[in-house]
Amino acid sequence: MSIIQDAVKTAVRFVPDRWLPGASPDPLREKHGLLGAPISRVDGPLKVAGQARFAAEVPMEGLAYATLVHSTIARGHITSLDTSKAEAAPGVVLVMTHENAPRMNAPAMFMSRPDAVGASDLPVMQNRDIHWNGEPVALVLAETQEQADHAATLVKVEYESATAVTDFQAAKLAAHHPQSILGEPPLFEIGDAEKELNEAHHRVDLVFRTPRHNHNAIELHGATVRWDGDELTVHDATQMLNGTAGTLAEIFGINPDQVHVSSPYVGGGFGGKALWNHQILAAAASRLSGRPVRIVLSRESVFRIVGGRTTTEQRVALGAERNGSLRALIHTGTVAMTEHNNCPEQFTFPARHLYASKSFRLEQSVADMDMMANTFMRAPGESVGTFALECALDELAEQMELDPIELRRRIEPEKDPTSNNPFSSRYLLQCFEQGGERFGWNRRDPKPGARREGEWLVGLGCATGTYPYHRMPGGSARIRIEADGSAVVSTAVHEMGMGTATVQAQAAAARLGLPLEKVRFDYGDTSLPKGVLAGGSTQTASISAAVIAANDELVKELIRLAGNDSPLAGLGADKLEARDEGLASVDEPGRHETYASILARAGRDHLEVEAAAPPPLEMMKYSMHSTAAQFAEVRVNSVTGEVRVCRMLGSFDCGRILNAKTATSQFRGGMIMGIGLALTEETLFDPRSGRIMNPSLAEYHVPVHMDVPEIEVMWTDIPDPHAPLGARGIGEIGITGVAAAIANAVYNATGRRVRDLPITLDKLL
Amino acid sequence: MAVTLRVNGKEQSVETEPDTPLLYVLRDDLALNGAKYGCGLGQCGACTVLVDDKPVLSCLTPLMLLEGRSITTVEGLGTVGKPGPMQQAFIEEQAAQCGYCIPGMMMRAEALVRRNPDAGDTEIRDALEANLCRCGTHSRILKAVARARDLKRGGGA
Ligand code: FES
Ligand code: FES
Repeated sequence: MSIIQDAVKTAVRFVPDRWLPGASPDPLREKHGLLGAPISRVDGPLKVAGQARFAAEVPMEGLAYATLVHSTIARGHITSLDTSKAEAAPGVVLVMTHENAPRMNAPAMFMSRPDAVGASDLPVMQNRDIHWNGEPVALVLAETQEQADHAATLVKVEYESATAVTDFQAAKLAAHHPQSILGEPPLFEIGDAEKELNEAHHRVDLVFRTPRHNHNAIELHGATVRWDGDELTVHDATQMLNGTAGTLAEIFGINPDQVHVSSPYVGGGFGGKALWNHQILAAAASRLSGRPVRIVLSRESVFRIVGGRTTTEQRVALGAERNGSLRALIHTGTVAMTEHNNCPEQFTFPARHLYASKSFRLEQSVADMDMMANTFMRAPGESVGTFALECALDELAEQMELDPIELRRRIEPEKDPTSNNPFSSRYLLQCFEQGGERFGWNRRDPKPGARREGEWLVGLGCATGTYPYHRMPGGSARIRIEADGSAVVSTAVHEMGMGTATVQAQAAAARLGLPLEKVRFDYGDTSLPKGVLAGGSTQTASISAAVIAANDELVKELIRLAGNDSPLAGLGADKLEARDEGLASVDEPGRHETYASILARAGRDHLEVEAAAPPPLEMMKYSMHSTAAQFAEVRVNSVTGEVRVCRMLGSFDCGRILNAKTATSQFRGGMIMGIGLALTEETLFDPRSGRIMNPSLAEYHVPVHMDVPEIEVMWTDIPDPHAPLGARGIGEIGITGVAAAIANAVYNATGRRVRDLPITLDKLL
Repeated sequence: MAVTLRVNGKEQSVETEPDTPLLYVLRDDLALNGAKYGCGLGQCGACTVLVDDKPVLSCLTPLMLLEGRSITTVEGLGTVGKPGPMQQAFIEEQAAQCGYCIPGMMMRAEALVRRNPDAGDTEIRDALEANLCRCGTHSRILKAVARARDLKRGGGA
């Protein structure tokens, strides 16, 4: 972490709340009515009618279709390319390789600058070098998708291989600290944790492994692109509109405002719908051919050029006193990464904030491999980090003959154990108490293997889930009030099924005192005010902060326009609230004027304001985290080892819940992905060739209807005083803690601890 | 080769290679994007449509098999303004998250309730097994199908 960042953090700690921009409590956080109501999705009717237009469905005159050819070696270079057969195949428009591709700058790596979203900083098809097995070596453009697919098989490529690092075990020998783990130091210590561990009365010291995963959104990555002179239009499936525009602009040497990115519907993202080689190559091929281009990756191509979650090897060692307090919390380990990206799967982050301990040692290393750059996938770090930490706690509780929930009670911290900052709002124990009661935790027999129903062994498990609150800097919002008093709120943000469009319309209506029908929320296009990316459960808070800022401007403008003839005359912004389609005096309810009337008197047919969100200083002053208690009941077949999850309950503390319907879906969706993480999902990476061996939905097993049990979700709904709308974000937390809860339940059922995911039946036989 | 099909009740003549998958014809030639492309290999169910009331994976169905057959896609179940019962039920149960798997789910469910208007919850779950959803909206989908079944029987919900 930089010295400046450190200094700011320290300084902010002493600043009173009211001086923090954006950190004074949002009055809306306590408002009920529209906010929190189970409003149905605004885009539901379009989606079920098949009329929501996804990126690969945008009509364009004269489209050519693209297919990629992938390298079959992990490292080395191309020695010869023969494209003649492919070029002669029917319908082929163009075969593009590094020999004829336009010159392009290398993408700027994600987080290297505010607008950079390159998945890695490797140049794309600019030279003969190969960096991973699957790297695109050619793109074929043809009149139809089938012609392109066919011609792609005719491209002949020969290589000279160089020695590649494709074995994690070997790569680990040269593991090293990365510069930082998302801005945090790779090694963090309080006291001498190893010494404390040795002297502790109770000890567990365990190793956990998690495999690679792929997002596998059902919508394949696709884009429809077109050049008009030096203006590039990209209809993309993306969770990062402005970043994509900015990064593409630099790659092609044009201005960011010459790139127009549109992505109103995204068929699932989970971290994967980012800027990868395909959009860059499609734009390059379009430039070269003078044709608009559609690229839709095959499922196999997605596995080859879209990174997934990386593999981890983690050690958790816990030392406890007789009374249950922790003396040592050690969480260390290594992940596979490449030299060209920066995504260290921050699995040690949960241990920074969850429990009190006398000493800490948290350390992460990366092992460089020649592979597709890994990336963020739902709850990066926390999803697999909680697996290790929460399983270890379960083992410690057993050794201490303590109920696992009771152990968590004894190590509940009063403030953030590593930053010492106060929690903005934390009700983890309440989640466990209320969730446990509802789930019937007291029916659990702590003795493993005690409950048997025929062939089936039945067990219960629980674990903590956690995910940080983050608010992305840099987002703006516009509010436009029309003459009839209706409003349009807009910002370039994303809707991938989370419910953003619905929830933001709800929030805007509540903030403006308008009925829902009189508010429209526009998003999904870079022509709108600059938005934030959708990731890390940050969108809702980040958008809301921008809308609050825009609303402050709006009120100022309205006061100015209202003038002396308004019933509001003389009232300042702090004496006004939005109500009944206009502004009203806080103290004298009778003094009220509608937006329509203010505009009419001022002779205006609309009023438009735009503002940027203030920097997210609240994150520096407070430890802001959502937490959850996850519960699972499993049945394990004593003959076959098959594991079935038969019941789950997630009890969440995420601040205010803004829409009960969409929130339920987000939580459940995360928990279901957690079932996959626990039991079935694994991207198989061949350590000899560096090739992914199961690049299909037939061999990569996402949870299906039969795997999904009854899932109950509940929440505290306690607003976070320091988050806009009182809400901390809900997209990621659902998956956290789930794998541990299931693994702990499997232990309770069978007496077997499985510490490497997924828990497949062979590991239980 | 020219093939004549009836798509959502309308006669369509398509000129194409005989082995072109129906999915490509629907999406690229007929501008019917309701059937989705999730794998092209029969592994996800997103492309499910009805051929004469039977659910088929349109990504695996070559056009040459379809001369004179009747195809129903999600566009044939209703419109945004006038959703059919299956669509209505999916809206009411809020089954769509990203919505990408949903047309395939609805078409397979439609085939089931046409074949078996009394399909129970287990049969619904069984029938939908071939269709994947990554957003995790499974329980809402199952509820929506049950609701559609009731709506179609005229029993309401
Ligand atoms: S696209 Fe047909 S089954 Fe996946
Ligand atoms: S709703 Fe997104 S895949 Fe099912």
